Amino acid sequence: MSTLWFMIVAVMVAVYVLLDGFDIGAGAVHLFIAKNDAERRLVLRAIGPVWDGNEVWLLAAGGTLYFAFPLLYASSFSGFYLPLMMVLWLLMLRGIGIEFRTHIQDAVWKSFFDVIFGISSILLAIFFGAALGNVVRGVPLQADGYFFEPLWTNWRVGAQNGILDWYTVICGLVALATLVVHGSLYLAIKTEGDLNARARKVAGWFWPVQVLLTIVSLIATVYILPHVLNNYSRWPIGYLVPALVIGSLIYLYYAHSKRNDKGAFLASCAYIVGMLVGAAFALYPNVLPASTDSSFSLTIYNTAAGAHGLEVGFVWWTIGMILVLGYFIFVYRMFRGKVKLDGSEHGY
Amino acid sequence: MDSALLIHRLHFAFTVTYHYLFPQLTMGLAPLIVILKTLALKTNDESYDRAARFWAKIFGINFIIGVVTGIPMEFQFGTNWSHFSRYAGGVIGQTLAMEGVFAFFLESTFLGLFLYGEKRLTKTQHWFAALMVFVGSWLSGYFIIATDAWMQHPVGYQRVADGSVQLSSFWQLVLNPWALWQYAHNMSGAVITGAFVMSAVGAFYLLSQKHVQQGRIFVRVGVIAALIASVLQVFPTGDAQGRMVARNQPVTLAAMEALWETQPGAPLVIIGQPNVPEQKIDNPIIIPKALSFLTWRRWNAEVKGLNDVPKQDWPDSIPLLYFSYHVMVGLGTIFIAVSVIAAFLLWRQQLYSARWMLWILLLLFPLPYIANTAGWMTAELGRQPWLVYGLLRTVDGYSKMVSAGNAWFSFLGFLGMYTVLSILFLFLVRREIEHGPDPDPGPLAQKPGVVAAGPVEVR
Repeated sequence: MSTLWFMIVAVMVAVYVLLDGFDIGAGAVHLFIAKNDAERRLVLRAIGPVWDGNEVWLLAAGGTLYFAFPLLYASSFSGFYLPLMMVLWLLMLRGIGIEFRTHIQDAVWKSFFDVIFGISSILLAIFFGAALGNVVRGVPLQADGYFFEPLWTNWRVGAQNGILDWYTVICGLVALATLVVHGSLYLAIKTEGDLNARARKVAGWFWPVQVLLTIVSLIATVYILPHVLNNYSRWPIGYLVPALVIGSLIYLYYAHSKRNDKGAFLASCAYIVGMLVGAAFALYPNVLPASTDSSFSLTIYNTAAGAHGLEVGFVWWTIGMILVLGYFIFVYRMFRGKVKLDGSEHGY
Repeated sequence: MDSALLIHRLHFAFTVTYHYLFPQLTMGLAPLIVILKTLALKTNDESYDRAARFWAKIFGINFIIGVVTGIPMEFQFGTNWSHFSRYAGGVIGQTLAMEGVFAFFLESTFLGLFLYGEKRLTKTQHWFAALMVFVGSWLSGYFIIATDAWMQHPVGYQRVADGSVQLSSFWQLVLNPWALWQYAHNMSGAVITGAFVMSAVGAFYLLSQKHVQQGRIFVRVGVIAALIASVLQVFPTGDAQGRMVARNQPVTLAAMEALWETQPGAPLVIIGQPNVPEQKIDNPIIIPKALSFLTWRRWNAEVKGLNDVPKQDWPDSIPLLYFSYHVMVGLGTIFIAVSVIAAFLLWRQQLYSARWMLWILLLLFPLPYIANTAGWMTAELGRQPWLVYGLLRTVDGYSKMVSAGNAWFSFLGFLGMYTVLSILFLFLVRREIEHGPDPDPGPLAQKPGVVAAGPVEVR
């Protein structure tokens, strides 16, 4: 049962990254892709009806993590206290940046919120990448299952690490490059003309960066954590995951060069899923490894909630997800197609 | 001020109090918007659609602040209250996760359709979207209340070997009797906020003779909803909630009333300041025997006083609890009085021209916010010194790894961030009210002042 919930949480996190990832990515690049007010309104219109629903996946994944692995939630959230507080502030700034921009038709007001939206999106991408890097690298857990990480110590990977060291900074940059490509491709799908051409161009520029950083981060991971491949040797089927990552990067390039925006976006989705599944697969059954003493590591066994709760939860979770799937298909169908500026009915 | 426990408590108290200023309006306006949309559908009168559209704008601004200030609440269970989460996550994780899976998705999906889809949907579909926003926001409220109710009155759990508690009965948790009454009481409180805010904007338009026809709709719908909700707030919901406290948390009731000695025929204190060192009430105005009657339905029933309970189990701030409770009850009484008189004037068709009453309705709108806040303070301060009543003390629940300095850092950050949010919110809402509902598209609407068609008698 705990393994099942481990997979469920991993899938929910992956869905969150895929969905909110494209609107974070769109935010990170919109200052560079959209040159004037009309184009920025198009960017916002492309994500406006869906970004809030996408962000709900963060809450739903967090809630599910809390319910299935309470100790993991308690330990990691208090240990990552400082960066999480900053993530909260960034999420707030980003939300009001998107929603309040067009309430006042004034150039200064709008450009202020554009910059807020852009900067908070860029920083969120880096923070989320660094967070994942921390989970993979391990944290200074004590025997009681708790820890506290300062923002940085000496930037080295060791027993007393900070949130930021050279490894997690690389992870943050991988996330930024990935979401820039992801968001640009989403904008390319949703727009036409100049905007579409510029979005495609940005995706093209960042693809080599993404490939390079992916290679660097994988080498760095194997270098700092030699045992990271243990699960792969144990279950060789796991090697399909890196194959998926490489294949999707190649297909992304191919589809992009053929001006197939949807194909390229799907390849980007496959890449993100591959990277996250690859990390989860390498960790299992750990959920938060200890950099201090591996016997202190948090695993799915020592952090899971009681069996009865997990069984009951599976029933309502399944019902809930069927409903959610229905909502999302409905909304994305309704707002499908390219966005255009047709009067001001949508507010953006 | 360097006690980590104190800062963590302030941190949560501040962020949750601020957060709840927004959902109470969201949950209060949602059913009123459904009523406006229903009226539009039934009467085919387009002005109800314009009223709904105006309130949808206010709702939208309010909703965004509610969302962005709500995310920190879920996070803080882990960041600031990790020992509590480790202890109780196996139980309350259920309701918190269900809120995400069932309520948030529903609400955000249909809010998107409601706000952006009016032109793409048929009238009935748009009405349905409004209904689902209402259902989603009220469902969300239920899961949160069920979580809080479990902390007030733990049920459906069992202790396990590692010292934590785990779920033993899902239905006991979800249908906790405490949750049912607390929910009813809380939701009618939210409707009071929504209704008085709506009637205040309407009164403002009538007093300033702008958007008069819309102003009348707002005042009418607002006053009727306020009357119904204010009565329900006291009876049966407030009464049942109070008697539940008396049965299950007698020490809380004693502290709410500042009743020191156990006594038969206990009096009800209307006004007065609790004097804790001398164990009395200064400047009291009391109704003899009323407390006994209200709690046990017998004039001479015995009510337990604080002195029969060990001091370590007393709520830690008796005066604050006492005042929260009395402010809530006092304001609740005012709401009934105002809404009864306003509804009477509405029935006699004098309300729209009764300037004195419109002024009262206009100035009243901050009070429901205060009453709802005071009500929640009563519930949460009354639960002290327990985090989970009878099971886990507050002092054992906070994150021991997060120092007072780090908690101060984020507390100050939230203070600053929420100041900015408040300014933006007030600024944007003021603009929407200034702009007002869309003008009547009919032929009379071409010239501004003529929108106020129909005779308006204003003295």
